[in-house]
Amino acid sequence: MTMNKQGRPTAPGTVEDNELPTISGDRGLDHEEGLIFELGRAGMTGVDVPEVQMSETRLGGRRRKGPIGLPGLSEPEVVRHYVRLSRMNYAIDSGLYPLGSCTMKHNPRLNEKMARLPGFGDIHPLQPQQTVQGAFALISELMRWLTTLTGMPAVAMSPKAGAHGELCGLLAIRAAIEARGEKRPRILVPESAHGTNPATAAFAGFTVDEVPATKSGHVDADALEAKLGPDVCAIMLTNPNTCGLFEPRIIEMADAVHRAGAYFYCDGANFNAIAGRVRPGDLGIDAMHINLHKTFSTPHGGGGPGAGPVVLSERLAPYAPLPLLMHDGNEFRMIEHADEASGGAKPFGRMCAFHGQMGMFTRALAYMLSHGRDGVRQASEDAVLSANYVLASLKDVMSAPFGEGPCMHEALFDDSFLEGTGVTTLDFAKAMIDEGYHPMTMYFPLVVHGAMLIEPTESESKESLDRFIHVLRTMALEAKDKRTARFEGAPRLSPRRRLDETAAARNPILRWRPKDDARQAAE
Amino acid sequence: MSEVRYTKEHEWVRVEGSEATIGITKYAAEQLGDVVFVELPENGRKVGAGGEAAVVESVKAASEVYAPVSGEVTASNAALSDDPAKVNADPEGDGWFFKVKLSDAGEVAKLMTREQYDEFVKGL
Repeated sequence: MTMNKQGRPTAPGTVEDNELPTISGDRGLDHEEGLIFELGRAGMTGVDVPEVQMSETRLGGRRRKGPIGLPGLSEPEVVRHYVRLSRMNYAIDSGLYPLGSCTMKHNPRLNEKMARLPGFGDIHPLQPQQTVQGAFALISELMRWLTTLTGMPAVAMSPKAGAHGELCGLLAIRAAIEARGEKRPRILVPESAHGTNPATAAFAGFTVDEVPATKSGHVDADALEAKLGPDVCAIMLTNPNTCGLFEPRIIEMADAVHRAGAYFYCDGANFNAIAGRVRPGDLGIDAMHINLHKTFSTPHGGGGPGAGPVVLSERLAPYAPLPLLMHDGNEFRMIEHADEASGGAKPFGRMCAFHGQMGMFTRALAYMLSHGRDGVRQASEDAVLSANYVLASLKDVMSAPFGEGPCMHEALFDDSFLEGTGVTTLDFAKAMIDEGYHPMTMYFPLVVHGAMLIEPTESESKESLDRFIHVLRTMALEAKDKRTARFEGAPRLSPRRRLDETAAARNPILRWRPKDDARQAAE
Repeated sequence: MSEVRYTKEHEWVRVEGSEATIGITKYAAEQLGDVVFVELPENGRKVGAGGEAAVVESVKAASEVYAPVSGEVTASNAALSDDPAKVNADPEGDGWFFKVKLSDAGEVAKLMTREQYDEFVKGL
């Protein structure tokens, strides 16, 4: 067995050493499943297409010389293949998904029903505008909800996900700065911000300057103020931050940023902690993306695309990107070109070809309307309650670096409770898989050592949380007691054992090739 | 006669005459875990003390490596591109990152000695 540096078995093994291997290679109802290209055989396709009778070809010398390698499978084989793959997946529909800063909440089935209504689901972005007035009305209503919940005057709907929204916000900020005839190359990003924040700033061509955190896990507001100057374009802050804490000095920081002539971008990924309770507009924020796929329950991760509308302050609203949805008193119009825009609009450009993620808009609005404003608020309160219940129930056996006060929507632990046990954060997380749980976010945020970030969301019942807490407590106590068997080489019960992440990163194989090709290449 | 000094960001710098060799400490390499990628500065690039000079990526995280001293880059350890594992195997020897021609030899004395660095790490 190949071993990696940590002395853990890394070769995939589906059977325990002392277990009798099966004849089929499958393990109970866990099927070993090949790639579809390995399963398919020419001639096995379930569709018969008659040979094309062609006397002449107009392809010239560009006629295909060999087969293109598409797999041939019958419909039941295709269905089985994807159902088997889906059974290997862990999803919010199959269990608690505590991945911190990801807000893996339940996706109500009502949302799905609404998204499949033909007037929303079967329309095309190039349809004549008069034929999609209902869809425009839905987008307009969603915009009203987003601007009302955030206390911001405008919202750009087209960004496709969080980081895309961040880029949209920064481009609007840059347009506003340039309109003043200034150039400001620097962006301040606290240590406790999401990793996408510095990446976005760098992508947009800014230099990134890090702002340290205080011992209590908050942004060091004094250090921030000291770094402000005429070359600072904006600050990108995540609130609540990735330590799961609300920034108590946020208004003071916003004032300082504005005094320096800069703009305040807020990462809204953690909006589920405060939606319906705090209006970001009241905190002095100029731009914030809202992850519809987190806060407003549209499927994400492997389950669906994101959507990251960006709310904008009065000062930034004129620079919102195209397209712009307007109502001329008669009907809705989607303004696609800057010269058609009115009311002082100076769009900085556009973020994508069409209008955003219509399916996600429908799901998010269905969530909002079915919950109501009080329900959205209650969901946030329950999410915070769940996280605090986890924090309070585990902090005597796991170490919570900022555990003295309440947290917001996520509970942060570090690895000091594992010191001297030989068990690492990675081992602990992998052992959770054997217990039937997706691991929490590990080694992030970087502010603490060996971080474990748990976000249970409001979707879990008390019974579900109690069971989760019982598992983690027992694991923590066993580790401290040096009973480390369940951590060594974990996961033991998943379709694959621990994968060799180091080898994968050092020698990535990015393309599958058929065995014949590999043989030919070797020859 | 060479002299090795250390920074709070866990870089080491070995000074020989007007040339300084820079890498990350054993403590840093252990904390990062298995290193999978290293991005090195080009020859001729001017780096300032405390400025970003290289990037080291492990299975856990990507981190900047700062130049402990100012100067012009004269060489970088090309072997790390093919075999980043050298950083884990011998961080304070074969796993060096880059060399600079010192522009201000006085900066070296401001850095920590081995004893001071060990003391600093103990306090983390």
